[in-house]
Amino acid sequence: MSEAKATADSRSLRQRWLPHPLLTVVLTGFWMLLLNDFSMGGLVVGLALGILIPLYTTSFWPTPPRIKSYPKATAYFFLVLWDIVQANIQVAYWILFWKNEQLKPKFFTVPLDIRVPEGVATLMGTITMTPGTVSSDLSADGKALLVHGIHVPDEAAMILNIKTRYEARLLEIFR
Amino acid sequence: MTLIAEIVISLLIVAGGFFAFVGSFGLIKLPEIMQRLHAPTKATTLGVGSVLVASMLYFLVIEGIPSIHELVITLFLFLTAPITANFVAKAYIHRRESPKSLPLTNRDAGWATFDPPPDQRTAGEERGTS
Repeated sequence: MSEAKATADSRSLRQRWLPHPLLTVVLTGFWMLLLNDFSMGGLVVGLALGILIPLYTTSFWPTPPRIKSYPKATAYFFLVLWDIVQANIQVAYWILFWKNEQLKPKFFTVPLDIRVPEGVATLMGTITMTPGTVSSDLSADGKALLVHGIHVPDEAAMILNIKTRYEARLLEIFR
Repeated sequence: MTLIAEIVISLLIVAGGFFAFVGSFGLIKLPEIMQRLHAPTKATTLGVGSVLVASMLYFLVIEGIPSIHELVITLFLFLTAPITANFVAKAYIHRRESPKSLPLTNRDAGWATFDPPPDQRTAGEERGTS
């Protein structure tokens, strides 16, 4: 608290009260989408939430995420969406038509090149949502990822796929 | 037009039900906890997703009202499913695995479930020796 007071002077009014303007816009937009209807009262509540939530959670993300390229981020979103559909069909097929003994579940390590916390979080989320892999743990220094695969016939190919298909793209999105 | 829309919506609902069922079935069928985790994180996501898209289409085409909050539900699902899966995986690692049974990190530090961050660990070791 005292630390916050000490640094308060160096920050502008905007930085103190709107630490993450984009988050405010997104939260207000989300609230309006959840209401599914436009009303002045709804907008006021949405704006209040959009201002208060960043204020109270700003210590979790002291610096705004640095995104280099929004078009690339959008492309990545649709790539992952498509992969999720494929992953679902693949896993459904394994569950329904394969005997349990045919599946080769395994933990494996993915070394990480990406350092931005938001990027690591996005990569972990992506891995969990896509073909037969769940990200289970991060190394204590945040530079390796423990992934569990439901069916891992070729570990090296799986790691290569994660690194080239997702991590390489995320490295271009986050600064 | 309405007929085509109704067929598409019906197909989406059936597909949604099917994938939700497969997710639950996988939960029973698969032998290991970590394997079981795969079924609900993936199959169910597409199941719920299809039902939500069907709902959006229904309101847009049949009722003539654009309905967008299904997109938000899908987005929340995509955001929360990996975190839930990560929690379950961590609980599993705590109870059933040990630092030796897991693959190596190939780093100086071990897995976060067992090891503190490097800077805290050295601080702890210094305290331990003094």
